[in-house]
Amino acid sequence: MDLSIFLIQCLNSLQYGLLLFLVAMGLTLIFGIMGVINLAHGSFYMIGAYMAYALSPLVANAFGGGFFSVLVIGLVLAVILGYFLEWAFFSFLYDRDHLQQVLMTYGLILVFEELRSLLVGDDVHGVQPPDFLAGVIPLGDVMTYPVYRLFISAVCLLLALGMYYIFTRTRLGMMIRAGSTNREMVQSLGIDIKLLYRIVFAAGVALAAVAGMISAPVSTVYPGMGGQVLIICFVVVVIGGIGSIRGAFLAAMLIGFVDTFGKVLLPEAAGVLVYVLMALILLWKPDGLFKTS
Amino acid sequence: MDKLFSGKFLFIGLVFAGLALYPLFASSYGLDLVAKIMIYAILAMSLELLVGSTGLVCFGQAAFFGIGAYIAVMLSPESESANLLWLLPASIVAAAAYALFVGALSLRTKGVYFIMVTLAFAQMAYYVVHDTKLGGGTDGIYLYFKPILGSVIDLNDAKVLYFFTWVFLVWTFVFLAILLRSHFGRVLAGIRINEQRMRASGFSTYPYKLAAFTTSGGIAGLAGFLFAVKDGFVNPEMMSWHLSGALLIMIILGGLGHLRGAIIGAFAFVFLQEFFKSSEIFGAFSKHWQLGLGFTIIACVALLPKGLVGLPEVLHKRLYGSRPRDAQVVLK
Repeated sequence: MDLSIFLIQCLNSLQYGLLLFLVAMGLTLIFGIMGVINLAHGSFYMIGAYMAYALSPLVANAFGGGFFSVLVIGLVLAVILGYFLEWAFFSFLYDRDHLQQVLMTYGLILVFEELRSLLVGDDVHGVQPPDFLAGVIPLGDVMTYPVYRLFISAVCLLLALGMYYIFTRTRLGMMIRAGSTNREMVQSLGIDIKLLYRIVFAAGVALAAVAGMISAPVSTVYPGMGGQVLIICFVVVVIGGIGSIRGAFLAAMLIGFVDTFGKVLLPEAAGVLVYVLMALILLWKPDGLFKTS
Repeated sequence: MDKLFSGKFLFIGLVFAGLALYPLFASSYGLDLVAKIMIYAILAMSLELLVGSTGLVCFGQAAFFGIGAYIAVMLSPESESANLLWLLPASIVAAAAYALFVGALSLRTKGVYFIMVTLAFAQMAYYVVHDTKLGGGTDGIYLYFKPILGSVIDLNDAKVLYFFTWVFLVWTFVFLAILLRSHFGRVLAGIRINEQRMRASGFSTYPYKLAAFTTSGGIAGLAGFLFAVKDGFVNPEMMSWHLSGALLIMIILGGLGHLRGAIIGAFAFVFLQEFFKSSEIFGAFSKHWQLGLGFTIIACVALLPKGLVGLPEVLHKRLYGSRPRDAQVVLK
């Protein structure tokens, strides 16, 4: 493997890892803070990708197009969706058994898949990256790297830093962290925990949807794309330690590199590598890399 | 309590009797469908032993099922029927052996971490048959001659296979019912409720959990054997996490903590699928069968916190008001 190929694979790993992190961050927040095992999280990623596909012509008609207006409108819709879902389907589940939540979110996956099929159909679609990001950067003499992939990494990094700031440096973040440790105590201090949970859930949905939207141009949009992402994101969350954003970041990077380089160096065993990695890490550290609380 | 107790045995007895009489007026399609559901019910009961009775949520049950199935096909000779007497135990032992290995390692972890480690080991088994030559790859392998036992049992006959499956369904139910009422089963229940306290009272919980895990894997292997023989075909999808997930859904839907919940859940899940898929009822919309199934599952979660097993209780409450027993719970 020469240097430029190695470099390209590194950039690919980075981009894949960051994207995984974006989806997994929402999952680990909902999981760690609200205690909800949300199987429908992959569906939010799928919904995001389909929004990127379906909204662009609509937005082009209404506002004359624009990649960023599609992103912003999709983001707003995702937040509204998350807010509504928490109110309608999750708010009465908190004191029930975890497995009831699993059943509920499994039902939601089926509903989302079929609604997607009814609204958009079952075809595979491609999404064009915007013109100003469609170019390539030369790497070495013959190799090039698409600008759009760098853009994905940048957006993911920005969002990750933003979330980290909110989580560790603001009052809202403090309340959320307190709520994850002791729900009743936070409530008795006069903080509306239900509203807090609704915000966390909406944020989680929005993160997954944004990840879906910005990855649509590189991954194409296809039925069942949520399921694949879901399992890998659970792997990320568990390796990192549930509820730990730092852990999720490290785990996402690890998975990104192992999966990308695995596909290049050991194509026969690429699928299984991620799971071997997870099993080894959890046997070594049964609570993930960064244990919280 | 006694009334409820006898009621539930009456119910399960009627279910088994109904299943035994079903072939008298079944079409060959119906026979195959019900045989499939009975196999799923065996598999669901094996998972119930872990999830509902011991509190260990295993997300890799499909691997043991698949290993049982693959062993049955791979050990069968190419041009003649294998003898049931050694092939069936071979399937069960192979699945139980993998369960012993997986359990020994994964029981070091707890909760969601345990769920994911069992998934990881199941995925490893999946990729071994999916990506290597060992298990025929994505195409799977055919079983041309189904196993026989002399001239007594010939599983090539669909009806014989149906009753063979039925016997094992009843056997699994009775075996697990007795097991859960034994000393061993009580310890498992104690582990589910409070493992810390069990250890404090002098039980080394690890061997108990490992024994439960291995037993469960063995029963799943039995279900896999039956499935491979029924279809005459195995493919890697039998080990995919979709099946492990569907099994969890079945037992939660049926009602955790009850063996009959696993059977009810398996039947309800497959029947709901068939119902929403049937084009006679829904016409062209049957293509979108998942929508109806999804909403039904959501409604079940919202209305039946204890699963389908709790349905009589909920109905009773609706019709006659709450019982004194429930009133006490509210007061507390």
